[in-house]
Amino acid sequence: MELFLSTLINGLSLGGIYAMIALGYTMVYGIAKMLNFAHGDIIMVGGYIIYVFMALNNPLLAIFMAVVGCVLLGILIEKVAYKPLRGASPLAVLITAIGVSYLLQSLAQIIFGSANKMVTVYDFGSVTILGVPMQVSALVTLGVTVVVMAALTLFIKYTRLGRAMIAVSEDKGAAQLMGINVNGIITITFAIGSALAALAGLFYLLKAPSISSTLGAMPGIKAFTAAVIGGIGSIPGAMLGGILLGMVECISYKITAIAPYTDAIEFSILIIILLVRPTGFLGKKRREKV
Amino acid sequence: MAMLEVKNLEVYYGVICALKGISFEVNQGEIVTLIGANGAGKTTTMQSVVGLIPKRGGSITFDGRDITKTPCHKIVHLGMTQVPEGRRIFQELTVYENLLMGAYSIKDKSGFKNDLDAIYTRFPRLHERKNQIAGTLSGGEQQMLAMGRAIMSHPKLLMLDEPSMGLSPLLVDQVFEIIKDINRDGTTVLLVEQNAGKSLAISDRAYVLENGSIVLSGTGAELAASEMVKKAYLGG
Repeated sequence: MELFLSTLINGLSLGGIYAMIALGYTMVYGIAKMLNFAHGDIIMVGGYIIYVFMALNNPLLAIFMAVVGCVLLGILIEKVAYKPLRGASPLAVLITAIGVSYLLQSLAQIIFGSANKMVTVYDFGSVTILGVPMQVSALVTLGVTVVVMAALTLFIKYTRLGRAMIAVSEDKGAAQLMGINVNGIITITFAIGSALAALAGLFYLLKAPSISSTLGAMPGIKAFTAAVIGGIGSIPGAMLGGILLGMVECISYKITAIAPYTDAIEFSILIIILLVRPTGFLGKKRREKV
Repeated sequence: MAMLEVKNLEVYYGVICALKGISFEVNQGEIVTLIGANGAGKTTTMQSVVGLIPKRGGSITFDGRDITKTPCHKIVHLGMTQVPEGRRIFQELTVYENLLMGAYSIKDKSGFKNDLDAIYTRFPRLHERKNQIAGTLSGGEQQMLAMGRAIMSHPKLLMLDEPSMGLSPLLVDQVFEIIKDINRDGTTVLLVEQNAGKSLAISDRAYVLENGSIVLSGTGAELAASEMVKKAYLGG
């Protein structure tokens, strides 16, 4: 029971982080039809911004600056690197995104050095629930991700801007004919994705208070896997895929015999799901050519 | 002065010339039709006028304003709305949400309820199915929705690209009735059609487009009586 409960909470909490990152991948894919492989590195940038502003010892200010900084960076990357390539071959955009990813990692290494930096944002301590000791930070992470995902779902479904995003993801031309500024919607999408990535950076620092220039690399790939498992382009799919992957990872870590193979297990699930259901769990069949 | 004035419009797809400098105009209150065969450049004309595809040369004036270089989403705010070829409704949204998207360019939301009621009165089927996912509608219903969605933006000029395509003869008649109706209510209409007979019958004026050039123009009745049009587009 104890093991079950703590694994459940940790799995959901990690899954929530993956889901937050996966949302950035899936929304950008759905609307700009591109894979933004620099998305994971936004997490790292968010982490470093928190690290820098924690010098002032004000966690809320640091978090706020991380979100604002990542949003601006996301918009800048889109304007400088991706917008000129609109209409170019998907391969050119993909390679550019990988280039931006390395650029961000290298810049971080030049500025902050290659050694890990330690930063404690806030020590929530631990709490005992039903006789099970648990990290409060995991509960906070879970709570915040649930609220953010619910808010995002409501935003997409019930606001003018949210519906415009659905319209653009479905048919850019028809959306323009409604008077929707497609470039504006793409900018907003990058801004939202980057804000979520900044929060993910915060959650990683709450989990383990250490940061390096590659902080975002593995979570980025895991979250991309989650987005594909859930069905890339689908918002509920990204949430589902993220939670699923987080649970699998936590359960696998708890079983000594297979713990070292956790990453392999996660990516094998991706391969199996792609073989059985190429569009992922909630993905749509795509008719257009790539 | 004409409401829409197109002068020497040239469009290229790569090195292929799709429109070789065509000129036409639409006056306030008219129904004007462009007829022509597949590949003549009808849809290209419609899409380049509204700013969806880039122009190589020429100029377009709408409502006294030069819109040659205006992006599509801004043109819509000026009062030019297009029902695109193949309807292109938002398949994943409900009927109601599609109509809501149609009103996207209207800043003042106070008239929304009235506009919506007017659409539901004009198209009772849309009212019956207002909460249905639009992708599950029949072809005829989708065409009604596409037209209703366009009207929600209060167009001064409504452009319809092949509204009768793929519909049963009964529905085709209904669509042309609705176009006449919308025009009678004060909306200027630019129509592109392969169904030359039906469209010429409701048109004030018309142009014949062939291989990217306008080869003939006149009133709807004149063109319907023309030997060349009869032979090429009216089956003898």
